[in-house]
Amino acid sequence: MTATAALRKTPLNGLHRRLGAKMVDFGGWDMPVEYSGLIAEHMAVRTGVGIFDVSHMGDIQLRGPGSLGAVQHISMNDAARLQVGQAQYSAMLYPEGTFVDDIIVHKFSENDYLFVINAGTREKDYEWIRTQARGFDCHVSDYSDYYTQLAIQGPKAQETLQKLTNVDLGKVKFYWFTWGTVCGLANTLIARTGYTGEDGFEIYVPSDVATSERVWDEVIATGAEFGILPCGLGARNTLRLEAALSLYGHEISESINVWEAGLDRFCKLEKGPFAGSEALKKVQAAGGPEKKLVGLEVVERGIARDGYRVMDLSGKEIGYVTSGSPAPFLKKNIALAYVPRSLAEVGTEVAVEIRNNQVKAKVVPLPFYKKPKKT
Amino acid sequence: MAYPANYKYTREHEWIDVSGKTASVGITDHAQDSLGDIVFVELPKVGDKVEKGKVFGSVESVKAVSDLYSPATGTVTAINEELTTAPEKINADAHAAWIMKIELSDPGELDSLLTAADYETYAKEETGH
Repeated sequence: MTATAALRKTPLNGLHRRLGAKMVDFGGWDMPVEYSGLIAEHMAVRTGVGIFDVSHMGDIQLRGPGSLGAVQHISMNDAARLQVGQAQYSAMLYPEGTFVDDIIVHKFSENDYLFVINAGTREKDYEWIRTQARGFDCHVSDYSDYYTQLAIQGPKAQETLQKLTNVDLGKVKFYWFTWGTVCGLANTLIARTGYTGEDGFEIYVPSDVATSERVWDEVIATGAEFGILPCGLGARNTLRLEAALSLYGHEISESINVWEAGLDRFCKLEKGPFAGSEALKKVQAAGGPEKKLVGLEVVERGIARDGYRVMDLSGKEIGYVTSGSPAPFLKKNIALAYVPRSLAEVGTEVAVEIRNNQVKAKVVPLPFYKKPKKT
Repeated sequence: MAYPANYKYTREHEWIDVSGKTASVGITDHAQDSLGDIVFVELPKVGDKVEKGKVFGSVESVKAVSDLYSPATGTVTAINEELTTAPEKINADAHAAWIMKIELSDPGELDSLLTAADYETYAKEETGH
C-alpha cells in the first residue's frame, strides 16, 4: 500500500519486521501491535518482564534560567516540588482547562527540564511549548529523534536491567531517574517510569539503528531467564487500561477537562496561575464537572469497546466508553467511560450498548489493577 | 497453514465444508491470525435462518470485533458450544474449529465461492503490503 510509505518509523522498525510483528499505523507511526500474541505479552509484563519500543514518544527539553517558570506555566503539576533526578506525571492544558497532552516532566538540573510527550501529538506539543515558553528566559529543543526509547517493564525488569548497567537500580525510586552506563553506553538516561501499571524502567539510547538493535538484543538475551517477551502496542494498551492510565484521544482530549478526567491529584492550583488554571477554578466554583470518568466492569456476557454508548437501566443514553477491552490479567471485560456525576458512584448499575444489545455493567473502583506491594 | 482443498472460502474469510445437504462453517487461519487471541464468539441459535453474505455472529479478539458472514443460505442445525468457554480453539486450529452447521437451502450458491488456491492468493494479497 502506498500509504505505508508516508508512515514514520522508529530505528527498530526493521527489527520488528524481522521478528514477524504485526504492524499498525499508530498516529502516523508504523508500529508493532503484537509479536507472539497480545495475551502472552500482557502476562509477561504482569508476571515477568517485557520490552517495548516506545521511540515514537517525543522528548522536549527546556533549558535556561527561566525554564522553571516556563514549566510551571505550561504544566499543571508543581515542578517546584521536583528534586534533581525526579520526574512527575503532568499535563499541558489549553486555556479552557482541557488537554493539549499528558506528559512526564523530568528535572535534569535547576535550569534543565525534559518533557516526554505522546507520539501522535508531537508537532502540536512542540509548537505549543515553544509558543507558551515565549517571554521566559528559556530555550526549547526537540530531541525526539535523538533517542531510541525502550520500556523494560514487569516485576523482573530490575533484575534484567541490573545485569546490563553499573547503576544500582535498587536506589532509583519509582518516578526517579539517573544516568549510567547501559550496554556499554555511558551517560544513558535510566528512568523508573512506564505505562503498564507495573514496576519498570525506560531507557534512552542513541537512535542509530545499530546501537538501538544491539541494546534491544542484549535486553532480550538477558531477560531470557525471566521469560522476557517483546511487547507491542496491543499489550501496552491493555496493560495501561487495567492500571486505568489515561490515553490521549480517549480519556483525555482537547474537549475533556482535568476534573472530568479525574486527574485532580496531578493538578496543583495552589502553585499559582498556569495555562488552564482560571478555567478549572471556574468549573470548581460552579460546583464541579458534570461528567466523570469511571471504571466499568461488564457483568453480563459481552465486551465493551471504545465509543460504545453507556445507558442507564431504563435505556436512556448517559455516556460513552473511552477505552474498553478484555483485561488479560484480570480476566474480566473492563472499560473506562464518561457518565454523569450523579451516576459515577461505585456500585451503580448501568448498561453498555454492545452490538444493539444492552449489556449490564457496574461502576467499580479505579484502578482495576494495582501492582502488588513489594515484600 | 494449508487451506483444505475440499473447503470453499469467502472474501470475508469464512470457510464452508459441505457434505451433502449440510455444511460446517468456520473462519480461516488467515482470519484468526489477523485477529490475534480470540476471546469471545457470538454464536447463532439452532433453528436460525442464515443468509449468504449476511452476518450470523461475531468473533472478538482482545483488540477487535469481527462480524461473521454466512457463506450460504440455510438453517442452523448445530452450534459449537465449546467455543463459548474455549474460543482459543479457533486460534489453535481454525480449519477444525467449526462455528455452526447449516442445512443448505441452495447448494448451487456455493459455486461463486473461492477455491482454496484462489483464497490463498486473495489472503496473501490482503497482507502483502
